[in-house]
Amino acid sequence: MPMRNSAPCRSRTADADPDAAAARPQGRHRHLMLLFLEQLLNGVQLGIMLFLLASGLTLVFGIMGLINLAHGSLYMLGAFVCASAVAASGSFTLGVLAAIAAAGAAGMVIESAILRHLYRRGHLDQVLATFGLILFFNEAVRIVWGPRPLFVDVPAALGGTVEIVADAPYPVYRLAIIGTGLAIAVGLWWLVQRTRLGMLIRAGAADREMLSALGVDSRRLYAGVFALGALLAGLAGALAGPLFAVEVGMGENILILTFVVIVIGGIGSVRGALAGSLLVGIVDTLGRAYLPTILRLVAEPATADGVGAALASMLIYLVMAAVLVWRPSGLFPGHAAS
Amino acid sequence: MQQARGRWIPWAGFLLLAAAAPLAHAFGDPYFVSLLTRGVILALAAIGLDLILGYGAMVSFGHAAFVGAGAYSVGILAYHAREGTGVFDGALGIGGTQAALFAWPAAIVLAALLAAAIGALSLRTRGLYFIMITLAFGQMVYYLFTSLERYGGDDGLILWERSRLPGIDSGDNTTFFYVCLALLVLVFVLLRIAVDAPFGRVLRGAAENERRMRALGFPVYRYRLVAFVIAGAVAGLAGALLANQDTFVSPDLLHWRHSGEMLVMVILGGIGTLFGPILGAIALTLLEEFLAGWTQHWMIFLGPVLVLVVLFARHGLHGWLTGRGRTNAS
Repeated sequence: MPMRNSAPCRSRTADADPDAAAARPQGRHRHLMLLFLEQLLNGVQLGIMLFLLASGLTLVFGIMGLINLAHGSLYMLGAFVCASAVAASGSFTLGVLAAIAAAGAAGMVIESAILRHLYRRGHLDQVLATFGLILFFNEAVRIVWGPRPLFVDVPAALGGTVEIVADAPYPVYRLAIIGTGLAIAVGLWWLVQRTRLGMLIRAGAADREMLSALGVDSRRLYAGVFALGALLAGLAGALAGPLFAVEVGMGENILILTFVVIVIGGIGSVRGALAGSLLVGIVDTLGRAYLPTILRLVAEPATADGVGAALASMLIYLVMAAVLVWRPSGLFPGHAAS
Repeated sequence: MQQARGRWIPWAGFLLLAAAAPLAHAFGDPYFVSLLTRGVILALAAIGLDLILGYGAMVSFGHAAFVGAGAYSVGILAYHAREGTGVFDGALGIGGTQAALFAWPAAIVLAALLAAAIGALSLRTRGLYFIMITLAFGQMVYYLFTSLERYGGDDGLILWERSRLPGIDSGDNTTFFYVCLALLVLVFVLLRIAVDAPFGRVLRGAAENERRMRALGFPVYRYRLVAFVIAGAVAGLAGALLANQDTFVSPDLLHWRHSGEMLVMVILGGIGTLFGPILGAIALTLLEEFLAGWTQHWMIFLGPVLVLVVLFARHGLHGWLTGRGRTNAS
C-alpha cells in the first residue's frame, strides 16, 4: 500500500490533549485548524515527492515519446542504495549521494543498452520492454537485499520538530523535503527556460522531428534528459527512505501515482507536473484524513469508515477522471502527446 | 486478416490441447491438467485483449481489473450463497448463488459494465495517455477491492466449491479443463467472426488511419468502445473461470502485474492473430512454471527474456509457426 504517510503525524497532535482542547470551544476550533494545516503540509510533502519523479518522467515522455515503466525501479534502487550506504557509513548525506549516483548510473546503462532502441518503436514495445526491466530490477533487488523491508532513520540533523505557527509542531525532515523539492522545481524552471539545453528540451517537446532535422545531436540530448530524470528518481528514493518502508515493489505504487500526476498535468510540461503533483498529493492526503469523518455526518460510523476509506483510496483516480472529461490533454497540455 | 493457408493451425492446436489432458493422466502427472487449465483460462483473457490491442491498436494496461471483476462476481455470489444472505439488502436484493448459469453471466455483465465506464473515459485519449489512464483505472479498481472488508479485503475470499453446472461435474479437474477449453473455442470462433465482419474492418481501419475512417463517416469512438466492452466481457468470463480453478479470489488478481503479463502473452504469441495469444498464454504459463521450478528468482530471467522478445522477435510464436511473420499490427 502506498502513501499511508499521514497517520503517524496526525496522531501526534490529535492525541496530544484532546480533553483540554475539547473543554474550550475556541481552543478546539484552533486545534482543528492546526490539524488541517498539518495535513495540508503532509499533502504538499507527498506532492513534492511525486514531483521529483514526475518531472523527469514527463520530460522523457514529452521529448523522446518514450513510456518508461522502469522509472519507479530507479526510485526503488535509490532507496535501497541509500539505506545500505547510511547503514555502512552512518551519514545520510553520503547515502543520498550514493543513491543519486547509483540511479544515474543504472539509468545511463538501460538507456544506452535498451531504451535507445525503442524511441522509434511503438508504445506497446516500450511498455513491454520496460515491464521486463521492472521484473528484472525487482528480482535483482530481492536477491541483493533480501525479501525483508529496510528502515532508515531520520538523519539526526533533521530530526525533531519545529513550530511553524505556535502550538503546531511539524517534523523538520518533512519540511526539508518540501524545501529541497521547491529548490529543484526552481532549478528545473531555470534549466528549461533560461539555458541552451532547456531551449533544446522545449524544442524537442514541441517538435521532435524538426529538432533532429536542424542538426541537433538528439542522441546526446536524449541521454542527458534521461540521466537527469534518473538522478531525480534516485534522489526521491533516497529521501523516501526515512518516511516509508524501503521494499521491493515500492517503485510501482508511486509510479502509478506519477502517471496520474502526468495525465492531470499534461505530458511534457514541468509546470503541469508540479501542479499535478501538488494536487494529487494534497487531495490524496486530505481525502484519507477527512473523508471518513465527513461521511460520518450522513452515515453510520462503521459504514462511513468503510466507505470513506474505500473512497479515499480511489479519490485521486476520480479527480483524474474529472480532469479527463474537462480537459482530455491535461491542465497544461504539452505538445508531443502521442 | 487470416489467409486461408493458416486456417487449420488453430484447430490443430485445440486438438492438441484436448489430447493433452488424457496424455497427462497417462504419464501420471494430473497436476499438468491444472496448469493447462490455467493456461487456457488466461488464453481466453488474452484473445479478448488481442481484439482491442491487435485489431484496434488500443494499448490497454488495465485488463486485470476486468478479470478481477469477473472473479469477484463469482466469489461474492458464492459467499452469499453460503451465508444465505443477499448481495444487496432491501428491495433490490439479489440472493447468492453457486449456479454457473447465473454466476458466470453475472461476471460477464459486471466486467462489461466496468469496461464500458472505464472505456468511455479512457477512449477520449490516445497513445501514451491511454496507456497511463487504463493503468490508473486498473489500480483504482484494485484499491476498491482491497477495501471490501466484508469480502476479505487484502486477504481475499475462499470459495468452498466450484460453480455448479447442470449435468456436468465441474469439481473434477479434467472435466473442468474441457469446460474451459470449450468456452475458449467458442469465444475464439465468435471473435474470429467479429474481426472478419465489417466491425473488425472498421476497427482495423481506424487503427491504421483514424481520420480516414472518420471522413468515411464511421463513428470510430463508438466502434472502439464496443470492442473495449467485448474485451472486458471476455476477461470477465476468464475471471469467473479463474475463480473456479483456484477456488480463491483476492485483490492480487487485479494487480497491474497481471495486466502486463496479459500484454506479454499477446505479443509473445503474435499480436493481431487471435490464435497467437492462445499460444502466448500457454507458453508463458508453462515457462513461468518451468522457471519457478528451477529457481525462486525466476523473474530475473523472465524480465530479460521479455526485453529480448520485444527487441528481436517481433511477430511472436504465431509468426514463427506460420513461417510468414506478417501480422496485422506492427
